[in-house]
Amino acid sequence: MHVVYRELEGRSKAYWALLLGLGAVLLLGLFAAHTMEERGHIITGMTNQIVWGMPHVFAVFLIVAASGALNVASIASVFGKTAYKPLAPLSGLVAIALLAGGLMVLMLDLGRPDRLLVAATVYNFKSVFAWNVFLYTGFFTFVIIYLWTMMERKMNPYTKAAGFAAFIWRLVLTTGTGSIFGFLVARTAYDSALLAPMFIIFSFAYGLAVFNLVLMAAYRGSGRPLGDRMLFRLGKLLAVFVGASFYFVLVYHLTNLYFTKNHGFERFILLDGGIYPLLFWGGQIVVGYLIPLLLIFAPATRNSRTALAAASLLVILGAFAQMYVTIIGGQAYPLPLFPGMQVSSTFYDGVVHPYTPSGWEIMLGFGGVALSLAIVVFGLKILRFLPESLSDDQHMEAQHQAA
Amino acid sequence: MSGFDTYRRRFLGGVLGVGATAALPAGLLFWQTAEGDVEDGPPASGKVRWGMLVDTTKCSTGCDACVRGCDQENGLSGNTSPTSPQWIRKVQVTNPRTDYSFSLPMMCQHCEEPPCVDVCPTGASFRRADGIVLVDRHLCIGCRYCMMACPYKARSFIHHPVTDQLPEVPRGIGCVESCSFCVQRIDAGKRTTACQDACNAEGHQAIYFGDLKDPNSDISKRLASYGGQEVLASLDLHTGVRYQGI
Repeated sequence: MHVVYRELEGRSKAYWALLLGLGAVLLLGLFAAHTMEERGHIITGMTNQIVWGMPHVFAVFLIVAASGALNVASIASVFGKTAYKPLAPLSGLVAIALLAGGLMVLMLDLGRPDRLLVAATVYNFKSVFAWNVFLYTGFFTFVIIYLWTMMERKMNPYTKAAGFAAFIWRLVLTTGTGSIFGFLVARTAYDSALLAPMFIIFSFAYGLAVFNLVLMAAYRGSGRPLGDRMLFRLGKLLAVFVGASFYFVLVYHLTNLYFTKNHGFERFILLDGGIYPLLFWGGQIVVGYLIPLLLIFAPATRNSRTALAAASLLVILGAFAQMYVTIIGGQAYPLPLFPGMQVSSTFYDGVVHPYTPSGWEIMLGFGGVALSLAIVVFGLKILRFLPESLSDDQHMEAQHQAA
Repeated sequence: MSGFDTYRRRFLGGVLGVGATAALPAGLLFWQTAEGDVEDGPPASGKVRWGMLVDTTKCSTGCDACVRGCDQENGLSGNTSPTSPQWIRKVQVTNPRTDYSFSLPMMCQHCEEPPCVDVCPTGASFRRADGIVLVDRHLCIGCRYCMMACPYKARSFIHHPVTDQLPEVPRGIGCVESCSFCVQRIDAGKRTTACQDACNAEGHQAIYFGDLKDPNSDISKRLASYGGQEVLASLDLHTGVRYQGI
């Protein structure tokens, strides 16, 4: 199969308006970060009880989705599914872009972002965070090399090896992200080895959902043909990942429900914790899992592009709910300082910690999203990431060749 | 290959080359700065392990002399808003089944295996040879991972600019801090903490401080005769702070 890749023209008013709009959101995010540094985290909703807030919801989502966005490329290069091959370069670009956006948010939320240099030069190798510094830079390196082997004809023979390396690395990366939480013995919500594989499965779903939307938008915007067959294949794949995520969440909560010491926490998240049960059942389960599955499989909608786009968007919204419940909900529930006893203090022991994200935090988060999207939009203009055509004929040819 | 393509290849190659050339000396310079010399005092000795014993039977409910003593010693405002730093706090513990209730001061437990030190990416959280767990103010990047990891909720993040620091107690915006066992006193040769002095001044004598490795120290003798429990002992962190009557 000969696939012709071509840059986006990128000369239309709509293209520049999109880039300009993203730039404006990014600037707002940077302004929020600057104000946070100037006036301190007092302008955020974060406290000494809820120490990680909205920026972390955005950052962890973007970083997890980054690793998942590489999936399409992995399926092509590592698992030899030729049908996905034309999508591989875009998959790599989206992966890099999402990681860059996530890291921007994470770094600018630091109490001392000016000490980034310290974080880059002084390491405690027992810290999962320190591992992550290497995992992130390694991810960039591996994916860039992988893209190079795909896009430079002379390097094509190395694509499979590079793709395999990037695939292994992304699994390690998301294990690292999950372990940031999994390795916290102190908190009931975390403290579980399950979080690492669970985050990997989440990443598959989040990354593919973002990828689907980017793909559809890019082809629609550039007026290139995109076949139903390819698209609905990606839809089915998304459904598999959503189903698997659902399974992991089920096992996670069933395990907690079995252990008496965790009943209080489960009650909080599933039943009477205010916003958290609402986001869990309404956001994560219904919006993030059930409706997308319905849209992808129901006879009335399974052949609709709009439905697939809606399903992908809902998976992303569900993902944000999920991250909010995991990150904020996990902190809002009080630490069990004296298990079984009632405790109270001036430092808010024994009570549920309230949290309302401030506009600054949300601005910073969207700044990261804007950076990710801007990298994709600009990347598509300067390099050949997109096949000229992804019509069903092309797709059939690839299938045929594989057979 | 078209002329445009060749041009673009050269351009991208050039950008990479210039980037790498610029990054190398800059990186080396920064590395040197980061590794710059710091004037250190005499190192802490591993022959001692500073520890604290709290007799909760003597600790009075409603009394917060230890908290005020700490605030004064370390230059804290004493505010108790959700964003204010609190290095030590009085916790009221009640058994809901029996209504048995007691009060105790809770602060950094100066663990032998501190989770905050494990998770800190830059090594800013560290444990001195003499057992005191501290935050290096030059290395802390304000990521708050230590606060997520501490089972005792002992750490505070500084949410706004600080201007009235005491010379012996460096503090600042964007960093994490916690009880230091009054390290400025220890390093000056004193052998009591501010919370202990304040408790004694109130006549409660609920706090003992001393060397856990010296069998003849007051604290070791008390621990040998009456015992002392760690909070969340099941975590096996071997805390430096022990409690009687919990």
